[in-house]
Amino acid sequence: MNRVQLRFLSVADNVGLARVAVAALAGQANFSLHDIEEIKVAVSEAVSNSVIHGYPGRDDGWVELDLELDPTGISIVVEDWGVGIADVAQAREPAYSQDPERMGLGFVFMESFMHGFDVESTLGKGTRVHMRRFVTLSGELSRDAQ
Amino acid sequence: MTIVHTVQSTAIRVAVKGDLDLKTADPLREALDKLTDRYRDKNLVLDLSEVDFVDSSGLGVILGRYRRLAPQSRTISLCGVRPSVKAVFELAGIDSIINVTDYVRGRSETAAPQ
Repeated sequence: MNRVQLRFLSVADNVGLARVAVAALAGQANFSLHDIEEIKVAVSEAVSNSVIHGYPGRDDGWVELDLELDPTGISIVVEDWGVGIADVAQAREPAYSQDPERMGLGFVFMESFMHGFDVESTLGKGTRVHMRRFVTLSGELSRDAQ
Repeated sequence: MTIVHTVQSTAIRVAVKGDLDLKTADPLREALDKLTDRYRDKNLVLDLSEVDFVDSSGLGVILGRYRRLAPQSRTISLCGVRPSVKAVFELAGIDSIINVTDYVRGRSETAAPQ
């Protein structure tokens, strides 16, 4: 069991910082390197969304990362207090993004790489993404036996 | 992120080092557009053997360059793709439109042009 809370400003440099934090914590559990890579992508997407869409044109908004490790896996909450999402269901569709180079794949990656994913958002109040990834034991037994 | 380019007979080969994410997407896009505008008759090869991480921001830059070059009958291809990065490319289906070559351990992908 372990818990980490990290609060940082909405600047692009902090996307990498959030990835390093989650990778270090996930490394304390029985996640494979492959699992950790996928968790990093999901966190990178959630934090990038907060930085770009939560606080458009602002680098002074707070983003909070709340990580909780338990024997079954890791629970991750990424929260911002920015502009919010008008229609969450629509935002979760692939290719939703208005930016032609972003393709709206962020939510697709979060859903595909995690074992549970939900978004709560209120216009003008902010967005909270909750994700969960379970430790899968396949392959880990052989590692423990070495 | 650092990038090193070599100009070959038919391609501009760009070796990228670092993570491709929100922080590096804009500088990478600008550097690649500058190179492909300067050498208008050449294709683009991205050597990703020193890239451990790509998310949708990085993927957007790659797909954006594909969309930019395709109308000019020019190609973009990716080589030295590490397993950690490949999962993202596969999920996005990028390998169905862009030629992707895997990383081979011990082989320098940044070798001098043939």
